[in-house]
Amino acid sequence: MLPSKVEEMLRLALVAELTVIDASGRPITYPLIPLYDGRIIYMTSSVLFSEKLRHIKGNPKVSVALTDQAAIPSEPFHRVTIQGDAIVVDDDLHSGWERLLPLWRAKEPVIDKFFKQRFGIPLFFERAVIEISPRRVFLFEEDPSESPKVFELAETA
Amino acid sequence: MRAREAVKRSQNYPHVVMSYVGTDGYPVSLATHFKADIDRNSFEVGPLSVEMLPAQGQQVNLTFSHVRPVQGIGYDERRYINVYGPAAVSSDGLIVRAETATGWDEKEIPFFEYCERNVGRGLKYFEDVGSRPRLAAGWLFFIATRLPFLTATIIPILLGAAVAASHGFFSWGLLGLTLLGGSALHLGLNVANDVFDDMSGADPANVTPTPFSGGSRVIQYQLLSRRAMAMMSALLYAVGVAVGIYLAETRGSELYILGVAGILVSVAYTAPPFRLVNRGLGEAAVGLGFGPITTLGAYFVMAKEFSGEALFASLPVAIFIALVLYMNEVPDKAADSEVGKRTLVVRWSERAVVRAFSVAAATAYLILALGVTLRILPIYTLGMLVTIPMARSIVRDLNQHFDHPYNLMPAMQRNIGLHLFAGMLLVFGYVLEILI
Repeated sequence: MLPSKVEEMLRLALVAELTVIDASGRPITYPLIPLYDGRIIYMTSSVLFSEKLRHIKGNPKVSVALTDQAAIPSEPFHRVTIQGDAIVVDDDLHSGWERLLPLWRAKEPVIDKFFKQRFGIPLFFERAVIEISPRRVFLFEEDPSESPKVFELAETA
Repeated sequence: MRAREAVKRSQNYPHVVMSYVGTDGYPVSLATHFKADIDRNSFEVGPLSVEMLPAQGQQVNLTFSHVRPVQGIGYDERRYINVYGPAAVSSDGLIVRAETATGWDEKEIPFFEYCERNVGRGLKYFEDVGSRPRLAAGWLFFIATRLPFLTATIIPILLGAAVAASHGFFSWGLLGLTLLGGSALHLGLNVANDVFDDMSGADPANVTPTPFSGGSRVIQYQLLSRRAMAMMSALLYAVGVAVGIYLAETRGSELYILGVAGILVSVAYTAPPFRLVNRGLGEAAVGLGFGPITTLGAYFVMAKEFSGEALFASLPVAIFIALVLYMNEVPDKAADSEVGKRTLVVRWSERAVVRAFSVAAATAYLILALGVTLRILPIYTLGMLVTIPMARSIVRDLNQHFDHPYNLMPAMQRNIGLHLFAGMLLVFGYVLEILI
């Protein structure tokens, strides 16, 4: 269970930074919309931008950072980093991700308009789901020069 | 993106997210302050808590990200930069030398183009997971045939039928059959055009397709094979030809002349060895096919004779449909040029292209005015003149967004609307002539 402040921020955040690790061990960060159902953090990725999916399949250890005050209307605003284990669900790229539409719609209402016209950009709507099980949370209540509060959620894999 | 460029651009962002791989193998990401040093091609990052610092010399990723929240929509103004380099760690921060960088700014590369540039990657992913892109059959037919462009056929058929009705000849059944045959031929042409553009490399080379240009993309997206498209085209042509033969046998063999002319023009438009579109004759072919040939054909089906008035009435419609093709070639200019598809837009300068559009549109209105003055056309058809401001706004946008395909899209849509509205107002003029 994530701290309530972190849950609130995940529910409000329009963008988060997903960091994955590539085959050479280098971290790579992607800005994505985080979706949260109270247990798992979800992100979706079009096959068009599938590099991150390959990296996760190679190394499931990821982090999700909530850092952009303009995109996270939460008061007081804190910065958060969540480390976790990710899996890629891509057995039904065409419609498997649609179960997340209600969560996506809540943050980006215009997605409905685009989705109705999916024939216009069909490959954009062929999407994999990234499911992230949180393991550890760093909550930066103060300046980043101060030590963060650390929440261990489960034994790190 | 060059690393130096990334350092320069980073100054437009309020904070940085610094990431590295922690000792337990998980990425550590921290948002903090930064200073860009353009001269040294590096960043000063921090202050940071001591226990959150990476190891000396460790590779780190600096991410600068921006979105603008928009109430009721989500967000826009997406842009980000990723910079990679080794960290020189001090007591409460680090210096990162920018070695490589990537990024995207949707103001520079519009979202649709960004997607298009990554199609190869998407298809590779499908290949790796042993799957294929899918789309519902109805939508697939809709985009493969480019169904919305059917107005190009419907308008001249309705116009021919309206002129015939004003002369006392009309049958709903014949109108339905004419629409069926004409539509099948038109859709067959659209599909054939995609097949030939895929074979020539024009569509695969196009990274700035829009809903109005660059083909349907179903072959490039592997939604349908080229062979399936060729079969669909043949089937549609077969339906069109069958209806045409029936109408020619029942209404008059003169229709064979028009039918053969129409099919020849449509095939020669895109197929070798003629490839009229490659020779700068595409507009003339389209204007002829979706103007005089179709209008006269529809008139003949109703009246069993030809009509000079129907021919005259078809001229503005012919010009407007030719202008649809003409403007839709603007975003394809680079790709067409690359594969030797020498359309008028490829051949002419930007200034000449815009000027020719203005002249052609003005000619359409002058023909109308002349037709009414000479009492060839009913006075009610002057209603078409209300579309002049629409035409002017298209010229203005064409001039302004010539090199920006995605900014040009609204004007391209309006240009299709111009053909539709102008054509419908002509038809409506004839309906008024009949009713009043």
